[in-house]
Amino acid sequence: MMNNTVEVRGLVVVRGRHRVLDGLDLDVAPGVTGLLGPSGCGKSTLLRSVVGVQRVAGGAVRVLGQDAGAAALRRRVGYVTQAASVYDDLTVAENLRFFARVLGVTRHDVERAVESVDLGEHRDQVVGRLSGGQRSRASLAVAMLGEPDLLVLDEPTVGLDPVLRRDLWAVFHRIADGGATVLVSSHVMDEAERCDRLLLMRDGAVLTDDTPDGVKRRTGAGDVETAFLRLVEDLA
Amino acid sequence: MRTPGRVAGAVALRVLTQLRRDRRTLVMLLALPCLLVVLLWWMFEDAPGSSFDRLGPGLLALFPFVVMFLVTSVTMLRERSSGTLERLLTLPAGRLDLILGYALAFGVVAAVQSTLAVAVSVGPLGLDVAGPVWLLVVVAVADAVLGTALGLFVSAFARTEFQAVQFLPAFVIPQILLCGLLLPREVLPSGLEEVSSVLPLSYATDAMQTLSRSTATGAVLADLAVVVGFGAACLALGAATLRRRTA
Repeated sequence: MMNNTVEVRGLVVVRGRHRVLDGLDLDVAPGVTGLLGPSGCGKSTLLRSVVGVQRVAGGAVRVLGQDAGAAALRRRVGYVTQAASVYDDLTVAENLRFFARVLGVTRHDVERAVESVDLGEHRDQVVGRLSGGQRSRASLAVAMLGEPDLLVLDEPTVGLDPVLRRDLWAVFHRIADGGATVLVSSHVMDEAERCDRLLLMRDGAVLTDDTPDGVKRRTGAGDVETAFLRLVEDLA
Repeated sequence: MRTPGRVAGAVALRVLTQLRRDRRTLVMLLALPCLLVVLLWWMFEDAPGSSFDRLGPGLLALFPFVVMFLVTSVTMLRERSSGTLERLLTLPAGRLDLILGYALAFGVVAAVQSTLAVAVSVGPLGLDVAGPVWLLVVVAVADAVLGTALGLFVSAFARTEFQAVQFLPAFVIPQILLCGLLLPREVLPSGLEEVSSVLPLSYATDAMQTLSRSTATGAVLADLAVVVGFGAACLALGAATLRRRTA
């Protein structure tokens, strides 16, 4: 059963009195998996649990055969939070060199990461002066340092122009082609078509786990957004 | 692949690069303590006696402590709200390693800051100290590092900028009131005197006051050891309160 990179069983996360995730089960295999659902449905909480920074109330989260957040995983999992977690007052290259030192990877990795997100031209610019999309890409480059086996990306394409979005998805697929698992969240349903596999989420529960075509076929819908609506109506 | 100090070195280098980029902050960090000492000297210029000699060393202990406390709290809060701390905690970096990195960077700044303030005091302003001047610098640097350590520790409890700033009156001003600078600690009412003797700034002030009066260094070194001990304890607590998992 070790074909799955991520295995979540009965995950419960409580915030205040609200059960954000209530007994959630989930598997993620290599390839590009999209975690789609409206804002506030628990996507970020789920991703934080996978990375091991979320305090959980119950259940098990296994990543690459170990408990999420295990020390041995810190080198193998790359994570991009919703905020571009880079230092605004450093240049792109300085940010990457810093995180590379923390990870203990070489300058060669830094160069490769800069190139793979296409920030070569801006490498010596201070991150705070870059556009939103460029900042997200700088943050993505940090997560790609050291070639992680699992890349967890929380809404990396929010607010980007369509061309850039398409390019980023191409980057995700390139990473996945190398054998890695890429788990990407989004609240924009039209990004679903770009995923190998889809997890549709609503109110802290996974509605479906299928390929984009599979979801449409099963619901008889023409697009994923309609499929999502039908799945929600079926539940009601 | 785990070299001790690799992460601490990386963090220290990064913080110093960020400071170098922020010229105004850097200038203020280095110039403000000097200007405050000048202000103090000027205040007492026409006063009888040697008040500047009496108060100067104590304030040399105080300024770096307060400044570094504030700078560190704000730095840590920024690190939390930008998401960079969360990212760092998902990487192979020991929590104590991270904390030591900040202490190292701000320690370097503190050393420069304190050396400048002491140089201005004993040089142009003619502050008269009985003990060795180098020890005055050492105590001032230790105070600054203590401020950094305390700032790192309490920043774990600040959720917002407003809270972080309020920690100054909460954790620093009581220490200033009770450290013996305003009133000798012996004449504090019982209870308060005991409180003042568990506050680190009291030992820093003691060390400075001893240095200004006597050439004996034994008592100063003992006080210094207490200050360093408090600093180390705060750093350890800071590392312990840094949680990888949050709600």
